[in-house]
Amino acid sequence: MPTTTIADREVTVDEEGFMTVYDEWDEDLGAALASQIGIEMTEDHWRAVKFLREDFAAEGATPTIRRVSTVGGIPTKELFMLFPKKPAKKMAYVAGLPKPAGCV
Amino acid sequence: MTTTEAAPAIVPDFGDEAEDRKICFICSKGNLDMAYPALIMANGALTEGVEVDIFFTFWGMDMINKGTWDKLQFSMLGNTAMHMPGSTKHIPQGLGGLPGMTGYATKMLKKQIADLDVPEVPEFLQMLHDMGARLWACKMSVDMMGLTEDDMFEGVEAVINVNEFVELSDGAQVIFV
Repeated sequence: MPTTTIADREVTVDEEGFMTVYDEWDEDLGAALASQIGIEMTEDHWRAVKFLREDFAAEGATPTIRRVSTVGGIPTKELFMLFPKKPAKKMAYVAGLPKPAGCV
Repeated sequence: MTTTEAAPAIVPDFGDEAEDRKICFICSKGNLDMAYPALIMANGALTEGVEVDIFFTFWGMDMINKGTWDKLQFSMLGNTAMHMPGSTKHIPQGLGGLPGMTGYATKMLKKQIADLDVPEVPEFLQMLHDMGARLWACKMSVDMMGLTEDDMFEGVEAVINVNEFVELSDGAQVIFV
């Protein structure tokens, strides 16, 4: 696995740049990841990212958009506003998790 | 003194600068198993930032008709690939014609879909609508079936004819189901 330097820290990532080690992530890193892709984190962004982290820890898989909306309680429309165009992948990236594997 | 140059960070390409891609789906079937392919692909397309239009025509109208959209059925008849879940042994076609078999097969399929946390058709359409998909009803089908806009899901943009569909699908990839 390659490593890359984000916010002066060395982190393990896959070929695309998604972090691969759950515990290497913290909120400072999350904010740095977000700014790399042009997102400035707000309270609402953190709510989504924190749900992703918690759900991944509990279920062992990155939640899909539908799960973030039905279980995490954040409406789909809002997710598209917070993480434009590709919310599922962008949220996963900021949360330091792999891309969601589910189809729906 | 030596300086080391930091390697550029590896950042995924989310295609934000890419040209807008567009996919149009045509839903022409009202069987439960034929309703899902376009819905699932449309969902995938929307989460990839692709613009999505869905045109409902003929039996596909049952997917947006509020009188039928929660009653779509699945029949074993005519489906020679039909076998019990977890088995490769085909079920004889004749069994599909027995009374109650369509209801049973429908129930089984719905359960398998729900087990994957995939929503039923009405909720799925609402979800796609919330994600920005534009839904269109076919004028000829509406006339033929004597439907009005009141019969249809509120998320449907408009009833359009085929010329309008050809216009709006200009430059799009078109998938017929």
